[in-house]
Formats: sequence, structure tokens, C-alpha cells
Amino acid sequence: MEVGNEQVGNIDLINGPIVHVNGFKAPRIRDLCLIGTFNIPGEIIRLQKKNGSTLAIIQAFEDTNGVHLGDEARCLGYPLSMELGPGLLGSIIDGIQRPLDRYFEHSGGFLTRGLAFPALDRKKYWEFKPIRKKGDMVEPGKILGTVQENSSIVHKIITPVGIKGAIDEIAGNQPLLVTDTACTVRGTDGAKVDLQLFQRWPITLPRPIKSRLLPSIPLISGVRLIDSLFPITKGGCATIPGGFGTGKTVLQHQFAKYCDADIIVYIGCGERGNEMSDILNQFPALEDPRGNPLMDRTILIGNTSNMPVSAREASIFSGITMAEYFRDQGYHVALMADSTSRWAEALREISGRLEELPAEGGYPAYLGKKLASFYERAGYVEILGNPGIRSSISVIGAVSPPGGDFSDPVVQATKRFIKAFWALDPKLAYARQYPAINWIQSYSLYDDDVKEWWMEQDRTWGRYHTLMLKILHEDHELEDLVKLLGADALPIQKQLTIFVADLIKRTFLLQNAFDDTDAYCPPVKQAKMLKMYIKYYKRATELLDSGAPLFKIKELEILPEMARARKDIPNEKPDQIDDIIQKMNAEMNMIRKEMS
Amino acid sequence: MVLISRGIEQIEGQLVFIGSIPRVKYNELVLITAPDGREMMGRCVLLSDETIIIEAFNTTDGLDLENTTVEFSGDVYRVPLSDDMINRSFDGVGTPVDGGPNIIPESWKDVNGLSINPFAREYPRDLIETGISSMDTLTSLVCGQKLPIFSGQGLPHDGLASRIVKHAHIYQRDAEERFLIIFAGMGIKYDTSIYFKNNFERTESDVISFINLANDPTIERLLTPRIALTAAEYFAFEKDFQVLVIMTDMTNYCEALREISASKDEIPSRKGYPGYMYSDLASIYERAGRIKGHEGTITQIPILTMPNDDINNPVPDLTGYITEGQIVLSRDLYGKDISPPIDILSSLSRLMKDSIKGTTRDDHADLMSQLYTSYSKALDVRSLQAIVGDEGLTPLDKKYLRFVSEFEEHFLTQPMEIRRSLVESLDLAWEILAILPKSELVRVKSRHIKAYYPKPEVS
Ligand SMILES: Nc1ncnc2c1ncn2[C@@H]1O[C@H](COP(=O)(O)OP(=O)(O)O)[C@@H](O)[C@H]1O
Ligand SMILES: [Mg+2]
Repeated sequence: MEVGNEQVGNIDLINGPIVHVNGFKAPRIRDLCLIGTFNIPGEIIRLQKKNGSTLAIIQAFEDTNGVHLGDEARCLGYPLSMELGPGLLGSIIDGIQRPLDRYFEHSGGFLTRGLAFPALDRKKYWEFKPIRKKGDMVEPGKILGTVQENSSIVHKIITPVGIKGAIDEIAGNQPLLVTDTACTVRGTDGAKVDLQLFQRWPITLPRPIKSRLLPSIPLISGVRLIDSLFPITKGGCATIPGGFGTGKTVLQHQFAKYCDADIIVYIGCGERGNEMSDILNQFPALEDPRGNPLMDRTILIGNTSNMPVSAREASIFSGITMAEYFRDQGYHVALMADSTSRWAEALREISGRLEELPAEGGYPAYLGKKLASFYERAGYVEILGNPGIRSSISVIGAVSPPGGDFSDPVVQATKRFIKAFWALDPKLAYARQYPAINWIQSYSLYDDDVKEWWMEQDRTWGRYHTLMLKILHEDHELEDLVKLLGADALPIQKQLTIFVADLIKRTFLLQNAFDDTDAYCPPVKQAKMLKMYIKYYKRATELLDSGAPLFKIKELEILPEMARARKDIPNEKPDQIDDIIQKMNAEMNMIRKEMS
Repeated sequence: MVLISRGIEQIEGQLVFIGSIPRVKYNELVLITAPDGREMMGRCVLLSDETIIIEAFNTTDGLDLENTTVEFSGDVYRVPLSDDMINRSFDGVGTPVDGGPNIIPESWKDVNGLSINPFAREYPRDLIETGISSMDTLTSLVCGQKLPIFSGQGLPHDGLASRIVKHAHIYQRDAEERFLIIFAGMGIKYDTSIYFKNNFERTESDVISFINLANDPTIERLLTPRIALTAAEYFAFEKDFQVLVIMTDMTNYCEALREISASKDEIPSRKGYPGYMYSDLASIYERAGRIKGHEGTITQIPILTMPNDDINNPVPDLTGYITEGQIVLSRDLYGKDISPPIDILSSLSRLMKDSIKGTTRDDHADLMSQLYTSYSKALDVRSLQAIVGDEGLTPLDKKYLRFVSEFEEHFLTQPMEIRRSLVESLDLAWEILAILPKSELVRVKSRHIKAYYPKPEVS
């Protein structure tokens, strides 16, 4: 265990989660403390002099009911850090990395205070396989050996930051506890350092990388509206703002289930307990797109709305620290935070207790800075110690603005750090037009970045993607007119636009997250569906130009089949869409022939 | 040892300041005695080496600086619990008001409860059949769910809640479960309490009520739901009851929270409500649910009246962010004599999709989705009609108009005494959907159409 410089002091003041302690010798900001006889964990957020001694202001990670004034508190001398090593995957932990399953075994259904179980199981053996040998030079990020953590993921044991030198000794193929020494390194200064199977890292400090790269590969979610219209890249940041019931959580769950990242970090931050148990029920039985059990690649952080507020504040930094650790092993990581508004509210609550001057909406003035320190840790990078290896962290944050109003300070601040904006619309949700992503308000600045990748799936993608957006925008502009006059009063070409837009909405944008086939739409199928609808539109436009009647185009025999493609065409057989396109072309040719 | 302090340094609204005493606990319960002998409870909300701040649970009128005493109980606020509470009535802080004896406790529990470990939760799945078509078909209630009623002043939310309570039973369960109803009234009128009491008497279930009346002290309102839920947890997780908690009116609760917050000079958030209201409400609503290894469940039906019928008001807004859906009542529908006036489009049950999967008839999920789209489309046609008149409508549009009026008059409208089984409700929905041509029913599977779309009658 890490040995800090432990110090003792006495509790001077208790105001909810804020506790003042007098008498620590050399406390530092962010040092971890244990408060009172319950050993409630907390961290130092302010220091000041009071009557000649040092006053530490601590935010407690658990509620302080029943804590005595005057009781002792201990400062552990090191900051809140994540344990990083085998055993993280498949686990569910709270905002400060305490294992919730161990809690359950220990104290049943309810969370009792002051329990201190380490995040990583101290009794479990892992089969270590060295890949370096005595004498090899290592530096931060270099892989020392591996552990097959579960059937799908190889956990790479990497040289910690700050360690550089020659391997003096390394364990052979053998089972090790996380606390066992896997390797001893003789530093350049001659001192020997024992490296355990696991390491620690403070949550507020970004882990170093070699360099940042421009993202160019999409993070595929299987959600058509996102992948095909408003894509996100591996290493990109997106936000899902929306009022309650508009579908934020369902979308986040879809990403967690189906996105093509290697590792998922899912943070339930101040939201419902049942949504965590929903994941815990479903994931072990589900497979990721590569056929592996979902839970194998997932880390769950559950700091639900009824759990302590300060731990909620820590949870997203805990999550991104674990994400960085897997990124540093060369994995693509996707992180979901549901909901960052609850995180911001935790920040606001603590700030209020400290009587800081509030800025907009009562949030502290540093809200933007804090958000930046989270989102900026995402990215597509070249990692340390492994030349040429690229990996990424993508971040998808839900925002829950009051009344669904996007002028909310958290939405606005978040917009500065993300490039994909998936605006959820209650009107669509009311009509059960899911996913309720408003295709007019939403945007993605990544669409140029991913174009090349998509063009490899289908060469038409670039143009057709743009054309589909154009049709939807035109339809939107016509909406008011239609309401006033009815669609029949419009020029024929506009009527076609409205008809095709409606078809696209009902069949391409609509996607049921709970339908066995429809929930995940593979990229090839997406590209082909996109092509099918746009081809139809283009052929129809030509025919109308040469004088064909609209009703014939609206009544193609193949239309019902086109409309049901999302459910009827098996995901493994996207080529069947080509047949539909052919039939559609044939019918269009017939219309042309009849005319001449 | 009981600590007593005589004399007060300062009184400010609800807050009483006294000089610091060692060994006081955070949130400790105190008894404040006014010079005239009046007693009230309070709790320590701030401890420092100079001052202790106490929040009094009643008006501080009549307290003075010299002769008021504060007695420290040595513990946080706990409620006495026992089986004898069943079919008893209490006031908002848990004192019997039915003339019966005091409760001899089997156990004492902290009113704030402990957070349920998310890992310990069992995902709620058992459907509750209410006999109300619109609810059972479109926004069904699940055992262990928190499903509030969003209403407005003068709308029949009390009627709906009593109706649910009266008919509620677990779908397709042979052994008839007995529900224990726990009623928490916050700032309600005496009539309302009597209305519920009479209605509960007509059910076969056991009832426990905790009622803070409109003229009872505001701050007690903050305790009432917590006491009720502490009792609920006791009966659900220690005595295996299916507990149904009705809490009304959450708007009064939130207003009390706002009042107390303002008296403490806290920085207000939207509409003057405190910034921590989300977490505060979550500490109430998240006490619903199921826990692994326990037979009992807690289902919550909170009722709130939306100020100005505004769903974006912080009370419904924050509630909706926490609860597992909402049943929204509409003044428009009520005005058209459609009762229960449930606005299905803005209503939602988040736990429904998993609970009906594989349990109810196989067309249920798709039929529900179809009803939503058709109804929402029909409402669009109705507004188009208002602009362009009947001449501007296509024959299909006219079918939609017929559909919407049939749907509102015969499906949504359901007289109090009529109770429909889920299958009856589904069949009724198909009958009304059949006004629309099959080609419009794109969300249901073709095999469903074959099986359930009514054949035209031979006449
Ligand atoms: N893509 C979808 N497909 C089907 N149903 C959906 C979809 N998105 C949302 N829903 C429905 O909407 C409900 C609310 O969605 P949720 O994601 O929980 O909302 P939020 O997190 O924004 O409050 C879900 O319980 C589900 O019934
Ligand atoms: Mg959500």
C-alpha cells in the first residue's frame, strides 16, 4: 500500500459534507482524509491559517450524520487515486472506486458508511506472462507483461509513469496477486524500484501521452441517425442534451452495448439506481459486436442520485482516469457520463457550502474550466512507450437541462468542448419517434473527418450523406407552409421532398432500441439504406422533371419493402438492399418507358 | 447522558443559534422548550467550535434568549416502528392522531434511511394491473416503480390514485398479493385526507397514514415523506409486504423546502427553489424499488400539482428527472369530459418495456407504439382541420379524425366502475385502430394484423 505522511487533527466544524479540521501538520490540497469514528472518507479542498495552526477544509464523500464535533480526523498524505490493474473490467464501483458488489456481500441492500474495501481484489491471482526479460530497458508505457483478464481482454501491465531503467528481475509465467511484485527496475540513478501488478494514479491529473493526433475513424454506434448523419470519431467528444424522458439514457446504453470501442467506461452519475441494475442484468447476457460478453469490456461506475454528492463530483474524473489507463495499453476506450448536469450540480452544491461567489445559474465561475479538464482528456493519441501505437478515448456526456432548455449554463459550457451535438426533442419523444434526436438542431463537426472511412464502405456516402441532410432541412423549411395550406398546394418537386423526408423519418431515422434486429444497424447496412433512399429521391426528381406524375412515384410497389428494410433485412445480409434498389430502378424505368 | 443547554445566542427564522458544546453530533435531534413550556423538536444543521445552529421543526414564535432550553437527545431523528402501526393514523411527524395508544417499537430507524446500493437492486418486472385501459396498455405501473401523477389544481388526481389503489393487483399472479398502503399527506386539506381515508376503507388492503395538514407547521412537511418511507422500508424489507406509497402533494413539499431554504439565506436556484432540490427529491424517490433477496417491494405514486399547469416548473421537472416515468393529467381532456384525463403523449412508464416483454400478449409493445404514432398523427390532422376546414382534408385524414374521437371517447374515457383486463384493453385498442386502413399500421407486425385486426362484420 502507498504510505503517505499520515497526520491527525480534530474536527472543528461540520456543515453537511463540509468538515473543518484543525491541527494537521503538513496537509496538501486534495489529500485524502478519514473523518471521525466512522472513518468517513473525504478530500481537502481548501487550506488556511487559523489562530496559528492549519485549518483544512474537507469535502466528505459520505454523509456526516452523527459525526461528533471534536472527533479525530486523519490526513492520509496522498490524493484520491485510482487503483489501476487487473480486476477493473466487469466491476461496478462507486464514484471513488469502492466495489459495490463487495459492499453488498458485506452489508446487504443498503450502503453503510466508512467501509474501506480496496477497488482491486487482494486475494485474486492473475496469470502473469512476462514479455520482457532481465536487462531490458524500460520507460513509461512500455509493456512489461500481460494478464488475460477475461476471455476477451488482454490486460497489459505497463511501466508506470516516472519509472525508467533496466529490468533487474521479472516474474516468470506465474500467478500473481495485484500486490505482488511483477518486476524490479534499476533506475538510471541506480535505485531499485519494485513494480506491482497494479499502480495508482491521482484522478485529477491527466496521464501523459506521446502526442495528440487528428481523429479520422468513426466510433460506430449502430444508431443510424448518429453514424450516418451526425457521426462521432474515435477520440471525439459528443453531448446529448435533453429534457427528462427524451432518450438520453437509452442512447448512452446503446453506445455502451454496441459501439466498436474495445473498452467501455459507463458512469451513472447522479441518476437512477435501477438504470445501473438494468445494465448489470443485461450486459452479462449480451455480446459486443465482436461476439464477446459485454460485461468483459465494461467498467461501471454507479454513483446514483441518492448517493453522496461529493463522490458524484469525483466520479467522472475517476472514470476518465481508468479510461486513460486502458488507452495507455493501446485500447480504444469509450466513456459515457450520464448525466454531467448532476455532476455540475454537485459542484454547485459544494461551492455554495463554501460560500463562493456564484456565476450563472448559481454554478461556480470555474464550471467551464472543470468541464474542460474532463473533456480535454479525450482524444486520439499516440501513447507513450509504444511507437506508432494509436488509441483513443471518446467521451459522450448527457446533459439534463432544467425544463429541457438548451440555454442552460451546463449545455452552453459543454458546447465549447464537444464537436457532436445530439439535441433531443420532447416533441419527437412524445410521438415515440425514437431516437428523438432533432435533425435540425443537431450537428457534427466530425463529418469531414470520417468521410474517407465511410467512402470505403460505399463510394456514394459523402454526397448522399449531405443530400439526406439537405432533404431534411428543406422539409423543415416547408413545414409551416404545409400546416397552413396542406401539402397539395406546393409545387410538385417540393411535394416529393416532403414525401421522401417523411419516408426517411419513418424508416431510416426511426430506430427502436429494443428491437432485436433494429437496435444495432451495421455500417454497411446503413450505407446501403442511405443509398436506397437517396437513389429513390434522385430518380424520382429526374422523372418529375421529365413530366412524370408524382402519384406513380409514391405508389411504387417496392416502397413497402423499402420501408421495412430496417427490420426485415437481416443485419448479416445487407446485400439484399441492393436487390431492392434494383427493383426500384426497374420500376422507375417502367414509368419512364410508359411516358415516352 | 443528556446534554441540556439553557439560553440562546440568536434566533433567525427557523434557526436557533447556541454556544458550542462538546460532543454534539451532526444532525442530532434536540428538544427545544419555550419559556411557556411549549416543546418542539429540531436538529443540528451546523456545528462549529463557537456555535451550534439548530433548525427548529416548528415556528420559533415565543422563544426567547434567556429561558429557552435545548435538550440534546444524543442521536439522530429516529422513528419507532412495529407491526402495530398497521391501520393506524399519524400526524406528519409520526405521532398517533387516531386516539389509539403509542407505538411500542420493535425497532428504531433513522428517518433519512440509507442509500440503496445500486448493485443490490433487483430490476422491477412485475406488472401491476390497474384495470384502467390507458395505463395498462400504454404506461403501465410496475411493482417497485416510482411513477408520479403530474396534475393541476382541480384535476381529478386523487380520484385516479384511489382508483389505482382500489384495483391494483399483480398481473397474472395466482396468490393474491396484499398491498400495504402507506399514505403520506403533505400540506393537504382536511377534506383530501378524509377523501382518501374513505376510499382506502373500501379496499381490502391495510393502510397506514401520515398526514401533515395544510395548517400544520411547514417544516414538518420535510419529515412526513421520510417517516412514511422509513415505515415503508421496514414493512417491505423486514416484513415482506408489497408496499404502495401514495405521497401527496409533492408541490407542497417542495414549497416547504423553498421556504426553509430562503429562511437560511441560501442561494436560490430556479424559481427560488434551492439548488440541491434534485438531490433532496432523489433521497425520497430513490427509496422505491426492490432489493435482491427480499420478497417485499416499495412502489411509489407521488402526486404533484404543476404550478400553472407548467410541466417545466422545477417541481415536475426535477421529479421527472428522477422518477421512472410520469402520468400527466390534462386540463384540456378534463374539460372535454374525458376521464381519467390522461395525456398519453407526455406520459411515460420507463419500466414498462422490460415488464411486458414475454409476459403480456405478444402484440402489446408494437400495438402501444402504433397507438402513440396514430394518436399523435391524428392530433396533427385535427389541428390541420382547424385551419383548412373539412374541405381541405383527404379521405384518410377523415379516418384519422374518426379514430381520434373514438379513441378519446371510448378508450381514454373509462367510467369509474368499469374495470378492464389487459386483454380486454388490447382488444378494444385494436377495434378502434381498425378505423384506420391496414396500410397505416406500420409499427405492428403483419402477423399481429392477421391475428388481431378485427374482421369486418357481415351485415
Ligand atoms: N431509441 C429508443 N427506442 C425505443 N424506445 C426509446 C428509445 N429512446 C427512448 N425510448 C423510450 O423513452 C424512455 C425514456 O428514455 P430515457 O433514455 O430513459 O430518457 P432520459 O434519460 O432522457 O430521461 C425509455 O424508457 C424508452 O421507453
Ligand atoms: Mg436518463
